[in-house]
Amino acid sequence: MVTVKAGLKKKLVKEIKVDVDKCTGCRSCEMACSAFHAVPKYSSLNPARARIRVVIDESRDIYVPIRAGEYTQAECTGRNIYTIHGKEYSECSFCPACCPSRDYFKEPDSGLPLKCDMCEDEPPLSEPMCVQACQQDALTYVEREELVEEQKPEVKLEEMEIVFEALVKKHGKKKVMDTFTRLSKS
Amino acid sequence: MRYAERGYDLEIDLSRGGIDRVETDPRSMELYLGGQGTAAKLLWDRVPPEAEPFSPENLLIFSSGLLNATPVPGATRTSVNTFSPQTSLMAHSLMGSYFGVEMKHAGYDKIVIRGKSPDLVYLWINNGKVEIRDARHLRGKGTQETAALIKEELHDNKVQVAAIGPAGENRVYMASIDHSHASAARGPGPVMGDKGLKAIAVRGTQDIHTARPAELFEICLRLSKELYDNPNVGDWMAVDEDDSFHHDNFSWGNARVRQKVWSKELQERWTKLKYDHMDRQTGCYNCPKKCHNVISWPGRKRFSYKCYGKDTYHMAAFQELDFSYDILGVAQELGLDSYSTPQVIAFALELLEAGILTDQDFPGMPSDVRKRYFYLLDKITRREGIGDVLANGVYWAARQIGKGAEKYDHNTTKKFEQLPIKLGKVNPAYFLMIATGEKMSITQIEGSFPQDPLPTMEQRQEFVKNWVAVPHEKFKEWFLRWEKRNEISNEASCAITDWNEAMHYIDDSLGLCGFVSSFRGQFGGKTGYHVWNIPQLISLSTGLDFDKDKLWKTFQRIRTLVRAVNVRRGLRRRDERPPEDHWAVRDEKSEQKLLDNYYQFKGWTTDGIPNKETLDKLGLNYVSEDFIKRGILTGNESTPSKETSNGQAKQ
Repeated sequence: MVTVKAGLKKKLVKEIKVDVDKCTGCRSCEMACSAFHAVPKYSSLNPARARIRVVIDESRDIYVPIRAGEYTQAECTGRNIYTIHGKEYSECSFCPACCPSRDYFKEPDSGLPLKCDMCEDEPPLSEPMCVQACQQDALTYVEREELVEEQKPEVKLEEMEIVFEALVKKHGKKKVMDTFTRLSKS
Repeated sequence: MRYAERGYDLEIDLSRGGIDRVETDPRSMELYLGGQGTAAKLLWDRVPPEAEPFSPENLLIFSSGLLNATPVPGATRTSVNTFSPQTSLMAHSLMGSYFGVEMKHAGYDKIVIRGKSPDLVYLWINNGKVEIRDARHLRGKGTQETAALIKEELHDNKVQVAAIGPAGENRVYMASIDHSHASAARGPGPVMGDKGLKAIAVRGTQDIHTARPAELFEICLRLSKELYDNPNVGDWMAVDEDDSFHHDNFSWGNARVRQKVWSKELQERWTKLKYDHMDRQTGCYNCPKKCHNVISWPGRKRFSYKCYGKDTYHMAAFQELDFSYDILGVAQELGLDSYSTPQVIAFALELLEAGILTDQDFPGMPSDVRKRYFYLLDKITRREGIGDVLANGVYWAARQIGKGAEKYDHNTTKKFEQLPIKLGKVNPAYFLMIATGEKMSITQIEGSFPQDPLPTMEQRQEFVKNWVAVPHEKFKEWFLRWEKRNEISNEASCAITDWNEAMHYIDDSLGLCGFVSSFRGQFGGKTGYHVWNIPQLISLSTGLDFDKDKLWKTFQRIRTLVRAVNVRRGLRRRDERPPEDHWAVRDEKSEQKLLDNYYQFKGWTTDGIPNKETLDKLGLNYVSEDFIKRGILTGNESTPSKETSNGQAKQ
């Protein structure tokens, strides 16, 4: 029996370990992600809608799979260019944000943000689809528990809310509400 | 709803700057699949046989394979077709990586280029937005350099670029079209240059749909794991450092000298050389194999190679692997094919040795052989001095030079450089493949049936035990009974050639890579794709019902159409001769009888022309009508009698 100290709670942390040395740039992860998240499931394929993208720069031998993180309305004040083992990684190579500075992690037609949900599904997948699609073990899935301080539950924006928030920021509340009203009538 | 394919081609007229999106006939997928199959139909319909390769009428077609961009692993290949200035016949070239997939996501199955631009341009395709853009600032730039500059100019590093280097701009016959770690070599590069098209940049962000997506995805995920685990598929040269096969059996220099050089010491030294300079191995889109070796060589740009491309330069120059590493990236950047180019250079140096060419033909050429290769790369690329002659390939160069140079052109078929391999006794199926293959390259037709018999019955039984790929049990029987390379029946040789060819035509229309399919069955065990599992993948992707028989008939239709395209441009039996010294022991009479038998097997006339009955049976009535109208057929041809032979002397 595991006893948890008062004020602490257990939290399940899902991790995808990324070994950029093993990545071959095949982009199977992008293909599989876009299929899994299509509605209905698997009905379409489109790496541009994937929640994982491989940053590829062949001339610099750079292959970095990144998963879509949070939506951000504003760019960072500056960008980072990393040099690791003599290799210069292009701007934002490691950043998961859905950010105005680039077109990663946005629906190509609407610009709406996309976010990785680790393929939460019912019944749950043994591991996220991108990990299953990666035969090179460049992506591996790990679950572990972490003890964290009990906090007031933070506001968890559901995917729908994130999308609406982004729309409101882009077009203004009135336009979004008018559109919603019009669509709900039809 | 069109599944797997997009149903639209992009038509570009470079003469008048026209851009059209054209809906295609849905029946064409069922009849010719896609890729090379539907490209052959366009070439038949739209390029009159009188059209010169370097004329505005010639088409340059980039085709995605039917299964490109579906979840089918290893379906990565784009085919590039046109009429080649070297052979005047249909050029057929394939490249992997991402291009065909991106094109499809942009909304197009094909990019069809006609006309000629008055000055150098590139094409920018961004979904529905298509522009012809000035490329004069890219003149003379290398293939990878061009791709990088275009990405920078478009502020988009996810654009996929296929470009020619200076060799293509100068219409060098050995010029290639390069994209990422892939290359469309052997034919189409000079036509792209002739049209004034420096590059095509494409970006696509649209959905692809398949007919039964969930079922297809599940099968493909499983297939992907199977391919990864299967040692029989992929390019073994990427991972196995024992390359005694090529070095001890292939011919060095101008396809001249066989020498046993392989040793443990050499293998260890070269392995170290490779891994000391290799950054990683990469794969094409959605493929679990990693056949490209990415090399950083001191003082050179990073480059990637696959397959036998790593051997051609050092073997032509009698050097070692470090020479190939030094020169290969440079040649690729110039946009030169690594099969024919070193042969052309070795041929030129032989002519110098023989006194047919003299020092005056090579002003300022260094004495060191390695430096000579760089010198000649430069001359050929720029078509400068003797380079202008050599840029037309061995066949034409020999005839331009004259003075007995023709004798040194000993490794071409249909005016096209062949693999540098010279053997003792004839393998009958290889005779047929070299003689009749429309791609004019043995590695692009062989592959399903083993090259040589196995010594013991036990080994043969072991081989056939898991041989699921055979379309018919008779192939197992033939293999079990096969003991000596040159002793196998004509009946078996015809069927073996046909099967080998079938797999390539299917792959090249679907976009499947030969390394997971058509090329790998010969090494035994289980290959990735074969006539039994491909139909299901087509059915689930397209919604059409395919089975083995329908797939086979589709292969026959595509193959016969490609032959017809070439026949209409003058290809006849007289052209179907392997190099005279390809084998040491020849027997003209039995070779010609074998060819007769094969033509008969294929339903072709004694002269190698598909007869009316064959054409009509495959639904190619429009071909038979055209042939009769042109007097190519009378319509009353019977299949050739078994005893006829009309082996004519080589032109």
